[in-house]
Amino acid sequence: MSQNIAQQSGSGLRSRAQMEASHFPALLARAETLAGTVLLGEHGRRRAGAGDDFWQYRPLQPGDNYRHIDWRRSAKGDDQFISEREWQVAQSVQLWVDPGASMRFSSSRDLPTKADRARLIALAIAVLLIRGGERVGLTGWDLPPRRGEAQMLRLAEMFGRDDDSDYAEPEARGMLPHAKALFVSDFLSDIAPIEAALAKAADRNVRGTLVQVLDPAEEAFPFQGRTIFESVGKSVAYETLKAGDLRDRYLSRLAERKDRLETLCRQTGWQFYCHHTNQSAQSALLWLYRALDGGHP
Amino acid sequence: MTLFGVLGITTPWLLLSLLALPILWVILRAVPPAPVRRKFPGVVLLLGLKDDEQVTDRTPWWLLLLRMLAVAAVIFGLSGPILNPEPKTEAAGDAPLLVIMDASWASATDWRARMVTLDGLLTQAGREGRTVALLRLTNPEPVQFNSADVLRSRLTGVQPEPWQPGKADMQRAMAALPEGEFDSFWMSDGLARDTRAPLLQVLESRGTLKVFENARTLFALGPATLEDGHLAMTLHRLRAGPEATVTLAGHGKDPAGNPALLFESEVTFEDQALIAETKLSLPAELRARISRFEIQGTRSAGAVTLPDDSLRRREIALIAGRGGSEGLQLLDPLHYLNKALAPTTDILNGSLEDVLPANPDVIVLADVATLSPSEEFAVLEWLAQGGLLLRFAGPRLAASDISRTDEDPLMPVRLRAGGRTVGGAMSWGEPKTLAPFASDSPFAGLNVLDEITVHSQVIAQPDPALADRVIAQLSDGTPLVTRKSVGQGQVVLVHVTANAEWSNLPISGLFVQMLERLSISSSVGVSEDQNLEGTTWQPLSVLDAFGKLRGADTLPGVDGLVLAQAVLSADLRPGLYQGEDRTLARNVIAADPQLQPMVWPSEVSVLGLNRPRETPLGGWFLAAAICLLLADIIASLALSGRLLGARAAMAILLLAGLPIDGNAQTTDEQLAIAATSEVVFAHVLTGDDKLDQLAGAAMRGLSDTLFYRTSVEPALPMAVNLEEDELAFFPFLYWPISANQAIPSDAAYAKLNTYLRSGGMILFDTRDADIAGFGATTANGRKLQALAAQLDIPPLEPIPQDHVLTRTFYLLQDFPGRYVGRDVWVEAAPPDAKLVEGMPFRNLNDNVTPVVIGGNDWASAWAVDETGLPIVPLGRGFTGERQREIANRFGVNLVMHVLTGNYKSDQVHIPALLDRLGQ
Repeated sequence: MSQNIAQQSGSGLRSRAQMEASHFPALLARAETLAGTVLLGEHGRRRAGAGDDFWQYRPLQPGDNYRHIDWRRSAKGDDQFISEREWQVAQSVQLWVDPGASMRFSSSRDLPTKADRARLIALAIAVLLIRGGERVGLTGWDLPPRRGEAQMLRLAEMFGRDDDSDYAEPEARGMLPHAKALFVSDFLSDIAPIEAALAKAADRNVRGTLVQVLDPAEEAFPFQGRTIFESVGKSVAYETLKAGDLRDRYLSRLAERKDRLETLCRQTGWQFYCHHTNQSAQSALLWLYRALDGGHP
Repeated sequence: MTLFGVLGITTPWLLLSLLALPILWVILRAVPPAPVRRKFPGVVLLLGLKDDEQVTDRTPWWLLLLRMLAVAAVIFGLSGPILNPEPKTEAAGDAPLLVIMDASWASATDWRARMVTLDGLLTQAGREGRTVALLRLTNPEPVQFNSADVLRSRLTGVQPEPWQPGKADMQRAMAALPEGEFDSFWMSDGLARDTRAPLLQVLESRGTLKVFENARTLFALGPATLEDGHLAMTLHRLRAGPEATVTLAGHGKDPAGNPALLFESEVTFEDQALIAETKLSLPAELRARISRFEIQGTRSAGAVTLPDDSLRRREIALIAGRGGSEGLQLLDPLHYLNKALAPTTDILNGSLEDVLPANPDVIVLADVATLSPSEEFAVLEWLAQGGLLLRFAGPRLAASDISRTDEDPLMPVRLRAGGRTVGGAMSWGEPKTLAPFASDSPFAGLNVLDEITVHSQVIAQPDPALADRVIAQLSDGTPLVTRKSVGQGQVVLVHVTANAEWSNLPISGLFVQMLERLSISSSVGVSEDQNLEGTTWQPLSVLDAFGKLRGADTLPGVDGLVLAQAVLSADLRPGLYQGEDRTLARNVIAADPQLQPMVWPSEVSVLGLNRPRETPLGGWFLAAAICLLLADIIASLALSGRLLGARAAMAILLLAGLPIDGNAQTTDEQLAIAATSEVVFAHVLTGDDKLDQLAGAAMRGLSDTLFYRTSVEPALPMAVNLEEDELAFFPFLYWPISANQAIPSDAAYAKLNTYLRSGGMILFDTRDADIAGFGATTANGRKLQALAAQLDIPPLEPIPQDHVLTRTFYLLQDFPGRYVGRDVWVEAAPPDAKLVEGMPFRNLNDNVTPVVIGGNDWASAWAVDETGLPIVPLGRGFTGERQREIANRFGVNLVMHVLTGNYKSDQVHIPALLDRLGQ
């Protein structure tokens, strides 16, 4: 029964993600690394390499294997040519969307929860990538990167799963070397696991982006008076007698956290983006589109 | 008590606690509001932060003010504030206080004002510490002095009585007076009475006396009388004054038996007049239904008068055995009855069936011998409910065999054949005279005149019960009038004719008196005292002082003379009294009341009742405090942001209150428009989804077939829910039977029967080819029987060879569906249908047969899917297709029959018509 509901909500998520994704041309994720671990795909990388399609002829150079000489071309002249194939790769992109309880929060009835927005963005980008022929999956062992429409369904289903813990730690296991990664979370939890995850990713030469999704209330802290703040899972509570006085100090801590994340990204070659749930999801997707395309937005 | 202008405060020292309010202000202000719990994922960033200052938000000043006001209201409320406290003068003194109340019907009008005044006086007396006692003159009881509070607590139980204190009452009151000195208050009703004087003297001798009296005038209503068919009413007022108008109203039951206001009329007292009279012209029927007259807006038994039988004109039906229209008028058997009864009663003429529904009081049968069984039954029923059947003898009755050997239920005695004639030209003996009436006869006391003679009569058979039934007899002891009771009513037989043929009784005054005694005519003079002597009257309902009718089951019966003459008292309450055969009313106001305002001696101080009322304000202040505290709760909730739940609850309440605007009507209309803008066939939903789909497909297939082959172009078929949908739109319903479908409700059956009667057709299909055979029935067949049991279905027969269904479009002899060859049943041909020479078929029913019943499972044969291909395979190869074709043709014929009726039958007349037209 609960699985049914999850599937239903998953398919709803998927259709909305497809709507978001329909605004974009197909995205060709650009691979930066050329390591052989990259699985072959049908998308030419516009450089010579292993593949099926013809790329260019080049003169025979010392060390080339004679078997590679294109005799038909070489017979037209005196030089011997080797026909090069276009190098085709499929990029693997691995996603991690924070399933923690802290994401299931929205400050106003009119706003989506952070989890909702995060999943939407993640699935939208997954749709774009899969349309472009890329392999998309989740970090960890649950859903390795695969191609095809069916993967969207699986992703949507996986996104429907919630975690009971208040703040989830980024899943950095099972990352394919030289793949790309996308972490979507509010990154409010302890910074150490985040650092560890990014360090591990950098070790494997995984590049990616961090998208921080925040509620406007978390950005503005519009509270007054005696208040007990509780985390969504109620594991953490903090009581203040005068919430208004805390605002400046809270904001400085938040800015510090963002700064820390950006520094971390710079060090590991990742990119960082902060998205608020009262902004349009499309702006985040646009940014991600460019970020995964390799450019800097 | 401390007085501040109009405000008195009983415990002023309590107000000192108001001084504590400023302290409370400071305390309340310092207390921080309750914390708000908020979900906030960013809480981890807050961990470790410290509050700079411990002083928190202050309670808003207006909330503080609200709480202060609530506390102040509590303090002030508890200090006992009183608005308009009674000045001390009236109840001052230290002697015991005796309150004397007239407590008659005349005080009922302003009883509340009296009670309020008395309550004020008692409160005052209580404050002075005086003991108090109460004496009601209408119902005096021994006087006992008590503390004022005890008496105050009993005040609600003190009620007036619907009579005036009489002589006996006053004597008892004098005897009940306590010894010693006391002051007295006399709550007077303002009516002059001679009996007041002795008591007044005694009271003045014992102490000071103050009289409280209402200066307003008092209206009273005299009994209603009938004058020349008009209702005459007399209204009285106690004090002469300027012109005044009051409203007179009559209450009773409407024809449906519900209490209703039957008439209203304005009556005006002339300037300085004490009496106003009015005459009302009301239909007799309406008048008979009035159960009370009253002056509107006056709560007193004096303003109410109850009508009794004297207002009623009885309805009497006169029926003669022989039509006297061609005879001389004086020989008409009803002539003298008409003359005797017309002045005082309403006479109905007509046949027995016509007059019985009017439920007359009396039916007179003059020389009617036998009644038809249905008439007899109806008359017996009417008798059982209290009717009076008065029969007169005559030649027909004497000649008939009625009640000869066995006593007829409508005759009091058995009769001998033929009757007898005495003193005629051909017989010996003198005509007989009447014997004096026995004392137990209803005619007892009437003077028997010698000149009344009887020379013919019918003779009663001697019977053990005869003696009890004779109520008048002739000088030789033969019965003249006999009666017996039937149910609540009675049958009376007068053994002579109602005209002067057999006796000169009908032309004597005694005849009229006898009719009166039989309560046949009740005239105004019924309450003659000699009639009442020795009778006992049981009170039906009595009036209380406020003019309300109460049941009188527990009251004893009253002697007739007392009822007529005695003054009203506890033993004779005003109300309705039931006698043997009629009711009498005793009203508070007699025909000639002596209403005079009381003139008190000049030394007695007379005070009015109206004074500003002392109002304790404590309760109001406490209530205000509670309201303020409630407002405080809401405000506190709002401040702490928790009003959301309350708001949601309010929204839910509002939503629940909103009328749910169903779209049932619009869907009904849509259905009606869709079903009637084209020809639409329908199938009945059975609750079996598969079967319903098949039936829907079958209707689609049938519609398609018709569309392709004929000029009938049906729209898409519909499914019909018998319970909810209107059937009238569909010319044709297909009803497949499944063994476990529900039996429709009664309402649905009513709809179905209306549908069948108004020309609709239902095709019942048991779909089982009736394979059980040999007298047994299939499950579906039994279901069909159960379903059709309540339907209005005419006699059926298997389709005859010449039925119009065989040729409405195609010529058919079989009606196969999925199965072949079982009988199909239609409405049977009329038994007189004959085959005319030269005609190929009989001229059968003129109408469409309302039902066609069969078991060939036509649905399977007709059913097609969306693409028009048959769904259910039929038979084998070409044979099956041929069978499907015939099935389709049957469908076409059926629909043609539904839509054109017996048009094809009439086609046989075409040659004759053409021949007649000369073509």
